[in-house]
Amino acid sequence: MTDTTASPRPSAAAGPAARRGPALLPRLAPYLQAAPLTAVLLLFLLVPILTIAAVSFWDYDSVRIYPDFVLTNYTELLTSPVTWKTYLSTLKYAALTWAITGVIGFTVAYFLAFHVRSTTWQMVLFLLCTIPFWTSNIIRMISWIPFLGRNGLLNSGLISAGIIDQPLEFLLFSDFSVVLAFVHLYTLFMVVPVFNSMMRIDRALIEAARDGGAGGAQILWNVILPLTKPGIAIGSIFVVTLVMGDFITVRLMSGGQSASIGLMIANEISLLQYPAAAANAVVLLAVVLLMVAAMLRIVDIRKEL
Amino acid sequence: MAASRSPGRPLSFYLLAAFFALFVLFLYGPTATILILSFQGPEGGLTFPMNGVSLHWFRNLFEQQAVGDFGGAFRRSIALGLMVMVLTVVVSLSAGFAFRRRFRGSGALFYLAVASLIVPSILVSLGIGLLFNILGWEPAWYSSALGAHLTWTLPFGLLIVFAIFNRFNPAYEEAARDLGATPWQTVRHVVLPILLPSLIGVGLFGFTLSYDEFARTLMTAGSFNTLPLEIYGMTTNVTTPVLYALGSLTTLFSFAVIGLFLLGLLILRRRRGTV
Repeated sequence: MTDTTASPRPSAAAGPAARRGPALLPRLAPYLQAAPLTAVLLLFLLVPILTIAAVSFWDYDSVRIYPDFVLTNYTELLTSPVTWKTYLSTLKYAALTWAITGVIGFTVAYFLAFHVRSTTWQMVLFLLCTIPFWTSNIIRMISWIPFLGRNGLLNSGLISAGIIDQPLEFLLFSDFSVVLAFVHLYTLFMVVPVFNSMMRIDRALIEAARDGGAGGAQILWNVILPLTKPGIAIGSIFVVTLVMGDFITVRLMSGGQSASIGLMIANEISLLQYPAAAANAVVLLAVVLLMVAAMLRIVDIRKEL
Repeated sequence: MAASRSPGRPLSFYLLAAFFALFVLFLYGPTATILILSFQGPEGGLTFPMNGVSLHWFRNLFEQQAVGDFGGAFRRSIALGLMVMVLTVVVSLSAGFAFRRRFRGSGALFYLAVASLIVPSILVSLGIGLLFNILGWEPAWYSSALGAHLTWTLPFGLLIVFAIFNRFNPAYEEAARDLGATPWQTVRHVVLPILLPSLIGVGLFGFTLSYDEFARTLMTAGSFNTLPLEIYGMTTNVTTPVLYALGSLTTLFSFAVIGLFLLGLLILRRRRGTV
């Protein structure tokens, strides 16, 4: 692929095209180099999303789907109280997960960036955090079950310690366990960009603030936090979009007790109600894009790249 | 930060270190739990207490009929992961070269790549599934699922390649050019060797993202499952610790793969001294 950087070989330049040749290929090179990426994204992202948009207006029955232009998929979706309830619970998951991963992520990144002094130790501690991510997501989710269940480690530990005498029922298959699993899965998506932003902060600014008489909390609030905002924004975008579209965590960790929009779409897919799923997907995409746009209005992340 | 007072650490350091330790414990706790539970005795269940210690559930895992086509799913996941790995490195490096220069549509392409990260996975899955359905093509793990995985790995690969090129000193290229190297020779003998360790990282990233991808595979894998789909199927209908045995085994496999990559990197560093 990379050989497209090559300008014409001397033999080519010696021909009649000598005047045009050397100038044309270098100008063409970036287009050729970007072509594979463009092709993949068009074929497997843009066209499929346009397909979803088109199919969301199609008609269907229990057997197959029919090309058509009907609005029933949208009217059924938007007038159903189930949809609104599901959106509300999904937004609740997103907000809770965002807040918790934000606090944990900021604290962990702050520790790694400002308190761990050698880069080697930073690397080692970072690696330590990423190792659990080498296990499958699903395995990591189900590994909470023996931990939180009625007879799980936590409950039996608390009972034998005499802190409680009945197993805590809310620990598993509840909103609590769903958010816990999200935090477990996605905190690192917050740590990495926040850490990256913190490492770019000129340490002289902190020295200057201290020389100017600022205390630790003031430095944190007035110097570090504003300068870390782009990282927080990138991490937030990751966490929020991942939670908004999720269906497997919600299904596994709520034990089928709660719903999310992603789960709703997955259920419609499994019932082969593709146009309904497509309409739902279009609405979800619009909501997610609006949320991302709102976050990008607050901070300019382009400076970060 | 505190170079001037290196001997004593402030109290905040210890508090934060304790917080960090708790965070690590939180990350490892559950995984350790299932690692232990996978050695459950033959009579034991999904939870504690342990009912004896045995390798029963690992043996059970390899009795084909008990858990479906686990071996086939594993092979497909590896093959898919390797394909995604190679394509991620080649395509994102190539695009990285393109983005070093101005070209028309570069902004749009960049935003398309970023959008690919933001669009929920289930939508990509649904879209590709529908597209293949309408066109009358049969979805398969090596075609539609491959494309679906690439929409997830390529943006990450591209962002890493941007970071790599940011740190790359163009003086090396200029030196090569001044010595009469053709552009291809410059890339082949100067740029690629310098970037190689980072590119191995990109590949590893692509492989692990693909190996673990579930939502984007859901509607695109066709009639043959990949490993995450197989595991997901098991979570809904298997109620024995064989699930944990599979979890332990796949975790071990991930460790082995990453260990091999790191070893490769180390050998590469050794052979070249400290570049």
